[in-house]
Amino acid sequence: MDFEIHQGEVVALLGRSGCGKSTLLHMLAGLTHPSEGQVVINGNVVEHPSPKWVMMFQAPSLYPWMTVAQNAGLGLKFTRRSYEIAKRVPEVLDLVDLGAFADRNAQELSGGQQQRVALARSLAPRPEMLLLDEPFSALDAFTRRSLQQDVRKIAKDLGLTLVIVTHDVGEAVRMADRVLVLKANPGRIAEDTQIELSEEERGGGSDAFGREHARLMSIYAEVAEMGDAPVENDFTRLSE
Amino acid sequence: MSDVTQLPATGFSLPKLGRFRGLANGILGIGILLVLWWLGGWIVQNSDDLFAFADFAPAPTLSRLWEMLMDGEVVEMSGPSLMRVGLGLFYAIVIGVPVGIMIGRMKRLNEVANVPFQFLRMISPLSWMPIAVMAFSTWDGAIIFLIGMAAVWPILFSTAGGVRRIDPAWLKVARNLGANPLHMLFSVILPAIAVDILSGIRLALGVAWVVLVPAEYLGVTSGLGYAINDARDTLEYDRLAATVVVIGVIGFALDALAGQLIRKFNWVRSDGH
Repeated sequence: MDFEIHQGEVVALLGRSGCGKSTLLHMLAGLTHPSEGQVVINGNVVEHPSPKWVMMFQAPSLYPWMTVAQNAGLGLKFTRRSYEIAKRVPEVLDLVDLGAFADRNAQELSGGQQQRVALARSLAPRPEMLLLDEPFSALDAFTRRSLQQDVRKIAKDLGLTLVIVTHDVGEAVRMADRVLVLKANPGRIAEDTQIELSEEERGGGSDAFGREHARLMSIYAEVAEMGDAPVENDFTRLSE
Repeated sequence: MSDVTQLPATGFSLPKLGRFRGLANGILGIGILLVLWWLGGWIVQNSDDLFAFADFAPAPTLSRLWEMLMDGEVVEMSGPSLMRVGLGLFYAIVIGVPVGIMIGRMKRLNEVANVPFQFLRMISPLSWMPIAVMAFSTWDGAIIFLIGMAAVWPILFSTAGGVRRIDPAWLKVARNLGANPLHMLFSVILPAIAVDILSGIRLALGVAWVVLVPAEYLGVTSGLGYAINDARDTLEYDRLAATVVVIGVIGFALDALAGQLIRKFNWVRSDGH
């Protein structure tokens, strides 16, 4: 598997469960080591986690004994930049529309708000790259949609590189500039395709969105059906 | 409809106590205990065989307790005991918490340590007494050792249990944000298990306070256990009973204090969801 991701690009790793997309993301984050080959970011080989490439997980995993602001400032504290907390934490909380919640206990927030705090926590150390491991899959459709848009907008505004693992074709079309469709056994990139949509069209509902969605869905279906494992998935259901 | 049929008030109900209910019930419980004590005293006083022990009754005990409070005897005999329990507990925490964290984090170590620890735990701390007396040059040292031996297990096992219940995602997130092992310990592990450690200390405190009195029957000439022994030898049963009351009150207060600490450090919000 060999691919390049460019600065400021939003890339979706799309694939069915078990195709290794999550493992790939962990490797990019330096949380897992590849059995062979290497991950290089800006000429540096990734061997450890670093505040320059921060991962966001399916669960927000906020620390329940801390306030929202303390949670958001943790990355700065861990990287010996505590002196930045007072200025930076309100900034990132405003960015995710939670400025008013700074002193609340993390447990008092809804699932979507908690995931926003997790986003603020990831953004606080000013990472170059954000790695998202199906971070919205536990949220209701409405909250998920608004976070997908917000995260893309924030990433674009900050010039952040975004890598998203997903099995949701709609999410890939809404968020990504480029989609790598992964295939299992052995894990490899079956397709590398650009999503050519304007920011407005990404909101959904337009013909252009529908066309891109249908195109990606057919690629996804084709890749999945080529799999060695028996395919039990009903793609008409998936395309709803 | 305004003229709702009025139902006649039926039966008898206690006045609503609201938030004072716990307090009221506590006072009720103490009252029952005092009545039983008084009844016991009355039986002893009216018994041909036992009337010599009549000073155990509430009236002589409480008036003696008042005297002992006024002349400072209570403070004088509690001070050394609290000191010993404090030191024993301190050593139990210093050993129990780190070892608990280690066996909670390392599965292999837990498997190796489990049998010997369970074995040692089941030995009554007082059975170490002869060894403690030989091993320590002072009586105080031996007593503190016995208290530590009793107190270390609840702290150790409670800590290890807390560590095992830590959400693995919390550790992964911290590592991902660049936490070093010290950050991990002080920002994630210790706050996550603070309540478990304190619950262990609360249990340990109970055990330590129970072990204290027989341990102070050893050679020392101070402390609550010594005071009890001394009162028995001088046949001052009112002083003996007053000392028992002091032991109970201090033990209760220490436990309540530990309970308050647990409430303070408990980060679980029941109304969170």
